Amino acid sequence: MSQTRYTKDHEWIRVDGDTATVGITAYAAEQLGDVVFVELPDIGKTVTQGGEMAVVESVKAASEVYAPVNGEVVEVNSELESAPETVNEAPDGAGWFVKLKLSDTSQLEGLMDEAAYKAHIG
Amino acid sequence: MAMNTQGRPSRPVSNIEQGGYADTFSGSRGLDQAEALIFERGRTDITGVDFPEAKGTKARLGGLERTEEIGLPGLTEPEAMRHYVRLSRKNYAIDLGLYPLGSCTMKHNPRLNEKMARLPGFGDIHPLQPQSTVEGAFELIGELAHWLMTLTNTPCVAMSPKAGAHGELCGMMAIRAALDARGESGRRRVLVPESAHGTNPATAVQCGFYCDEIPADATGRVDMEAFKAKLGDDVAAIMLTNPNTCGLFERDIVEIARLIHEAGGYFYCDGANFNAIVGRVRPGDLGIDAMHINLHKTFSTPHGGGGPGAGPTVFSEALAPFAPVPYVMKTSEGWRMVEHEEEADGEPFGRMVAFHGQMGMFTRALSYMMSHGADGLKQAAEDAVLNANYILARLKHVMTPAFDGTCMHEALFDDRFLKDTGVTTLDFAKAMIDEGYHPMTMYFPLVVHGAMLIEPTETESKSGLDRFCDTLESLAKAAKDGDTVRFTAAPVHAPTKRLDETRAARNPVLVWTPPEDTLEAAE
Amino acid sequence: MRYLPLTPEDREAMLATIGVQSIDDLFLDVPEAARLDGPVNLPLRATELEVERAFARMAKKNISAGEAAFFVGAGAYKHHVPASVDHLIQRSEFLTAYTPYQPEISQGTLQTLFEFQTQIARLTGMDVANASMYDGSTACAEAVLMAARVTKRSKAVLSGNLHPHYAAATHTACKYMDIATASQAPVPGALDDIIAAIDEETACVVVQNPDVFGRVHDLTPIAEAAHAKGALLIAVVTEIVSLGLVKSPGEMGADIVVGEGQSIGVGLQFGGPYVGLFACRNDRNFLRNMPGRLAGETVDADGRRGFVLTLSTREQHIRRDKATSNICTNSGLMALAFTIHMTLLGEKGLRQMATLNHEAACTLADALSAVPGVEVLCDSFFNEFTVTLPRDAAAVTESLIAKGVLAGVPASRLYPGKGLDNLLVIAATETNTEADIDLFARALKEVL
Repeated sequence: MSQTRYTKDHEWIRVDGDTATVGITAYAAEQLGDVVFVELPDIGKTVTQGGEMAVVESVKAASEVYAPVNGEVVEVNSELESAPETVNEAPDGAGWFVKLKLSDTSQLEGLMDEAAYKAHIG
Repeated sequence: MAMNTQGRPSRPVSNIEQGGYADTFSGSRGLDQAEALIFERGRTDITGVDFPEAKGTKARLGGLERTEEIGLPGLTEPEAMRHYVRLSRKNYAIDLGLYPLGSCTMKHNPRLNEKMARLPGFGDIHPLQPQSTVEGAFELIGELAHWLMTLTNTPCVAMSPKAGAHGELCGMMAIRAALDARGESGRRRVLVPESAHGTNPATAVQCGFYCDEIPADATGRVDMEAFKAKLGDDVAAIMLTNPNTCGLFERDIVEIARLIHEAGGYFYCDGANFNAIVGRVRPGDLGIDAMHINLHKTFSTPHGGGGPGAGPTVFSEALAPFAPVPYVMKTSEGWRMVEHEEEADGEPFGRMVAFHGQMGMFTRALSYMMSHGADGLKQAAEDAVLNANYILARLKHVMTPAFDGTCMHEALFDDRFLKDTGVTTLDFAKAMIDEGYHPMTMYFPLVVHGAMLIEPTETESKSGLDRFCDTLESLAKAAKDGDTVRFTAAPVHAPTKRLDETRAARNPVLVWTPPEDTLEAAE
Repeated sequence: MRYLPLTPEDREAMLATIGVQSIDDLFLDVPEAARLDGPVNLPLRATELEVERAFARMAKKNISAGEAAFFVGAGAYKHHVPASVDHLIQRSEFLTAYTPYQPEISQGTLQTLFEFQTQIARLTGMDVANASMYDGSTACAEAVLMAARVTKRSKAVLSGNLHPHYAAATHTACKYMDIATASQAPVPGALDDIIAAIDEETACVVVQNPDVFGRVHDLTPIAEAAHAKGALLIAVVTEIVSLGLVKSPGEMGADIVVGEGQSIGVGLQFGGPYVGLFACRNDRNFLRNMPGRLAGETVDADGRRGFVLTLSTREQHIRRDKATSNICTNSGLMALAFTIHMTLLGEKGLRQMATLNHEAACTLADALSAVPGVEVLCDSFFNEFTVTLPRDAAAVTESLIAKGVLAGVPASRLYPGKGLDNLLVIAATETNTEADIDLFARALKEVL
């Protein structure tokens, strides 16, 4: 059963067993403007919670995407290389960035649920 | 590459594809002439330069002759003139109107500067001619160096940096060299205000440092408590702009200098805003160790569409030994240039660039300085500060100043006055274009939301300022009155409408390639 | 004061609007200790005439290239620039325009930069080029930094025949970046054994062609050797006119080409401002890692073609500490001068110009080899070559001044203390006449 959690830096994470999909929220995508480029990590890279995992660029800005939890990168959305606009069109779905194998599922407890995230962005 | 052998496109392209207007037959509108690319206009077998006949000597190129066509079209002189004159008319320029660009100091570019730079004795000399044949050049460099050191009250200046960012690199490399010489290479942290210009952190990283940001206080200046808390024995330096990027003089600057020195670090000053204080305040008196000076800002050398600049960097006694080569010095026999690290007196951190520096900008800057003199430069700084405060006073009731009180040479507003109008800072700026003004600096500094930073400089007349303020008042009022389309559709009166920057970034087209059908026709 | 429009009445009225008594009230934040009593200790304002006289006095102390038989090169070259170039770059709309951050009112600058980028890419045999850097030496340094980023390696091998100023600038730029730059020893008249220095840790190999001594090389074997080890070949061209006659670095396998554009449109200017050229292959990774500004094609709201600065997220104003370079200002006006001159030349004119340069150098080489004791070291060259003299070249050059000849650059000026003191690097361009060449040969014979 999958559940979606959110970070204060506007990443979402959807868990399915011990792997999870990570992307950026619609709010973040809107703030960025038209996404023109996404820099994804190498497969096999180890990430730690709060550490830099990817970079998303619009015309006027470049933002780091942080890992919501500890884990290992098992898959990246290489579609975004040729179609970065997918991040704007479907940030919660087809615009996903990275799939992680989680090393510590308890870290999810500390993240926000949908209601808390909605309150966070005000 | 294939160029159509007839020299004409195989089918007529529509006006729009070549950047012309769709509603006229020619694509031009009155004096606004459509002008295609040289690759669409010229041919590889046309040249606008006459040469004598070659002798037909046998080549000695080691068998490495270039045989393939390069793909460089030529135009005769009349056609070339038209091409570039037409294109020039699509540019805004200082000579046309005000550029209210904060921290850019877009002042008038005196034409005397151009005349002096072009004297054959300066324009037609080679950097590696025997030193005895260019004494006058060294004398000019020495004279300019003297003016820069006197204006800043510093004992040393490196003249070779080619631009402001290059000067920042010069200053920070000297700091790194000084730390290494003291055996304190562990000092890697550089304190930088949140409001710093992007070149500051970029430069620090190139010297092996990393940046630690200092927040601003409610008045827009360095938060002294936060600054003191960040001091430590791993601090290499602070990089500070003064006046800062919010247009405010850092009141505590002498204290900041004292504290950073006490902590074992150095004080780098970004001199981009020197125009506010030149001739009135000497940064050396404030305790700086290094400061670059943008000759293309404070000292009127022309911006030329993006460059060239020049960034000579002054040094304190502490950093002077590490200044890079080359440098000029006056000896009993006259002027000479020290070009090699081995012959230098101190421990230069190295050579930053080929040859000696931006001589063409030195002649222009010195011509400007001599024209103004010590009294004129002081007056220029005062008028620059007066003009910015006049704009602030006239606009503060319709736009929202970011901070209370007076400013220095630039006035900072935020976008609170546009709240709930549906008009963003960007839209506001594009509407200014329709009014005949280049927009002010937008979204910088990053510490203020929707920032609008206005620097008129001292070469604006009062009537010019009044006209500008009247226009901004009208625009602000129009935004609040709900006249949103004026802003969101802008610009409509410029040579082009709003350009699609997303498309340019997603699918970069950085060189011209012939269109598909022209390639086929050539076959 | 002729550049300050405000009158005393204006100032009074403006102070009143602001609500302060005097200008000093706007400088209250200046610490007491830093307040000055009066103007700084420098001369007071001067009239235009006074400034002109001061400059003329200094200028007269210099011997300009046009006043002598001129053969000085080594990275900057005297060429004839058509009158219309300087005339056009002095148009207000080009001279006094700002960086084209507002593209709708900067199409003049942006279109000419796009044309410049295309010309540079074609000249160098590369796919893309940027909108200029400060000069060739800093472009070279930036190329090495880029190669390190792209290959994720930290060793750079620099040819011994790379202009020593370029090598020094590169070494300085890399000094604090954990990139080791190793320079080979110079080998006048041949190529240093650079291939032997390439290994699996090499990010890039930097080779100049024609090299600082003038010799023309085939870069293809070096490119192959570099690629075999996963390294990049960076080719450096200090005399851009050579590309009118010599195979392009792109054809020979270079990955990045940097150079100096000074020869076209710019003039000697005692070393600056010049115009740095930077071009590379259109590898996806390369594009994102290029330094400098890039002009790109797009359309406006009406679908009309236009140009904008693009891929700005590489640059310092957005990426800050993660930028590809700290560069902000480029050499825009010099890039414009370059592109105007290149447009006037066209391919046909460039080839003619290059041919005349090469012929002048061949004629000069023959004339000088006929002087007893003089030996030409380069078997192949474009417009520059190195000779061995029977004694110290710097002393010889100094004695030739009085005879109206500026003979070239002694190698000792470029490489002090390396035992190359008898070598002289000599350039000949389309501006050298038969009379110049005769004078040089005769005067050299007299002096030796």
